[in-house]
Amino acid sequence: MQLMVNGEAITIQPGGKTVECLLQQLGYQGETFAVALNGDFVARDTYGEVALNEGDSVDIVAPVVGG
Amino acid sequence: MADKLNLYGKAFDSRLLVGTALYPSPAIMRESVAASGAEIITLSLRRQSPAQQQGKMLWDYIQESGCQLLPNTAGCKTPKEVVALAEMSREIFGTDWLKLEVIGDDYNLQPDPFGLIEAARELVQRGFKVLPYCTDDLVVCRRLLDVGCEVLMPWGSPIGTGRGLMNKYNLQTLRERLPDVPLIIDAGIGAPSQACEAMELGFDAVLLNTAIARAQNPVLMAGAFRLAVESGRAARNAGLMLKRQTASPSTPTLDMPFWQQAVSEGEKA
Repeated sequence: MQLMVNGEAITIQPGGKTVECLLQQLGYQGETFAVALNGDFVARDTYGEVALNEGDSVDIVAPVVGG
Repeated sequence: MADKLNLYGKAFDSRLLVGTALYPSPAIMRESVAASGAEIITLSLRRQSPAQQQGKMLWDYIQESGCQLLPNTAGCKTPKEVVALAEMSREIFGTDWLKLEVIGDDYNLQPDPFGLIEAARELVQRGFKVLPYCTDDLVVCRRLLDVGCEVLMPWGSPIGTGRGLMNKYNLQTLRERLPDVPLIIDAGIGAPSQACEAMELGFDAVLLNTAIARAQNPVLMAGAFRLAVESGRAARNAGLMLKRQTASPSTPTLDMPFWQQAVSEGEKA
């Protein structure tokens, strides 16, 4: 399945049907990141339920310095 | 009575809020924040791959700092983007405080007043404590209060310009017409004297980043801003004298020696 993750096209392995699967495949661990799917916030406790579809755009963000 | 800064039910001793960006190194950032005495710091969120560890390093500092975190929505141009970023910030940082930015112009980073009000309304309904970075327009500020903002952060001048208080008439109008609303000058402050001036005008606090981070010695400059803000606040509380058009001697004129003599000589002439 083709997805856009942080603006880059990637192909994920079969079985990567949910946000949780995607994060595991990409190696995200801990709690210092947050996720949006097609521009909408995805709460951490729903990662296992939110399904991914062909062409979806996923943003994964972490804390940075800011003014 | 202690002169506290009260924002959304929390009391702070410091009236200087600082950003965490643009410092020469993370160590200098930490030292500068400490020297500033700030109890509220701004942060943001950006895309990050698992290989990058900056997020983790910053997270460790955040945990140690003890500061109230004020995540921003810098770079957002629409209420939809703002809401998504705000929700992500709340989840990561564990706070519903938000420095709301909706940028309306890329050149001067001017807030979009229409997007700002729409976004603020939605965020307040979602339970956020919104501190909007706004222009100094009285009517826009009133609309932001109408939708539930309890604190306003009008700009002094565009972000990163260091031009100080660009439109003092508008800022004084805000202070006079909104006497009970916490008003924080956000952006454009370039020198401690400008921060002091904002406080003398009666603003409740000052938020800045570049002026400290881009100083040749950020830690020293952070301390200078701390003193300036404290000085300006004390001056405001003390009550400034009124400006006069003509000179008025400060030394007593009564019993001035030679006075009679000068008059006598004048009479002779």
